[in-house]
Amino acid sequence: MPKPTVPVVDHTVAASYFQSYSVVGLLAVIGVLFVAVAFGAGRLLRPVVPTPEKLLTYECGVDPVGEGWAHTQVRYYVYAFLYVIFAVDAIFLFPWATVFAAPGYGATTLVEMFIFLGFLAVGLLYAYKKGVLEWT
Amino acid sequence: MNDVLDVALRLLLVFVLFLVLPLLVGQTEHKVMAHMQGRLGPMYAGGFHGWAQLVADGVKFAQKEDVVPSGADRRIFQLAPAVALLPYLLVLLVIPIGPSESAVGQQIDAGIFYVLAVMGVGVLGSLMAGWASANKFSLLGGLRTAAQLLAYELPMLLAAASVAMAAGTLSLPGILDAWQWWWLPWQLIGAFVFFTAGLAELQRPPFDAPIADSEIIFGAYTEYTGLRFALFLLAEYAGIVIVCGLTTVLFLGGWHGPWGADGLGWVWTLLKTAILAFVVIWLRVSYPRLREDQLQKLSWTVLIPLALAQIALTGIVKVAIQ
Repeated sequence: MPKPTVPVVDHTVAASYFQSYSVVGLLAVIGVLFVAVAFGAGRLLRPVVPTPEKLLTYECGVDPVGEGWAHTQVRYYVYAFLYVIFAVDAIFLFPWATVFAAPGYGATTLVEMFIFLGFLAVGLLYAYKKGVLEWT
Repeated sequence: MNDVLDVALRLLLVFVLFLVLPLLVGQTEHKVMAHMQGRLGPMYAGGFHGWAQLVADGVKFAQKEDVVPSGADRRIFQLAPAVALLPYLLVLLVIPIGPSESAVGQQIDAGIFYVLAVMGVGVLGSLMAGWASANKFSLLGGLRTAAQLLAYELPMLLAAASVAMAAGTLSLPGILDAWQWWWLPWQLIGAFVFFTAGLAELQRPPFDAPIADSEIIFGAYTEYTGLRFALFLLAEYAGIVIVCGLTTVLFLGGWHGPWGADGLGWVWTLLKTAILAFVVIWLRVSYPRLREDQLQKLSWTVLIPLALAQIALTGIVKVAIQ
């Protein structure tokens, strides 16, 4: 693969790091091309006979009532918050997971882990007590 | 020059597998469902047991008129299938199928992290479709998809983190190098949680409330026709391949097998993936759909506590054996 030469020698780790992701980028380009070709070929193959009835929003065969973009009560927002809290935790969880049993850590990180799990469990219990996890 | 050829071949292989494996799963689903329900299934297309049925379906889809509802958000509506499909292609690149270093499309150090991050993007496709359709059924389907992602991404992350703790690395080939047979019982809970959550992210039965055809028609895909609908279907089946492949690699030992791991590693990977795909189909035939509140309850009160317990277990055992 023709790639720009890296002037400083010490950057080999970073270079191979970016190289592995450049292959991902190439595959993404292939994927986009695939979709574009498929859509392009589809355009050539399919008939185009639009009628106003066809372009109506489908609501079980009767004419649509009101707009599709209706106001809805978003009851999920509490879970969205819960999710964000957990997801941010997870970001820190992965780097920790790779080193927690490395020589010299052992018992200390295990205790830390239980403190972490304790916080999560208490949070979940609190949500449960508050009735957030009840749906009926 | 060799590098270029090597990378090109790999990308080509990944791309071909990405198109072929989902079709195999789809054809298997036709046949397995038919047998489980005591009927024949497609028998005519192609002559031998209807092997060409999906090709015929593809031809049919390509000939259908592409209807974009006049009320829809046109660009987003048209782009959504691509957003749903392409993340699975990018994930397939990093799944190792054999023991040697070259038996993977591309090694990525932060493998698990990359996989989970990219897979999360796929759900955006359903959300975009649900919102852009300007259809009440679609909107409901899209919101249900979002709620399901919020609920099931977490147990999936935690279960995957447990494997990363056990192996001490995030790289998928690295995890397989560290794998021992007794990880099977050790990570059993995690495997259950991961596979269940993966199934829920694919919106496969019994977790198909977001696309429940008998209550909200087909959820976010209600307004789609022809090729774009076909791409959504392809995304679903590619998703089955990916989730089964990932469960195989993370929890079932990937290319490890009772014998013949040297030459036959890829056979073990494919075999385990195929068995899991069979289970996915089996579940579709045998379980009724979970209601929306049951879906949420299962995740928050069963899977997440189980995943946390698995992390505790992994931590204790890992420190104890060192």
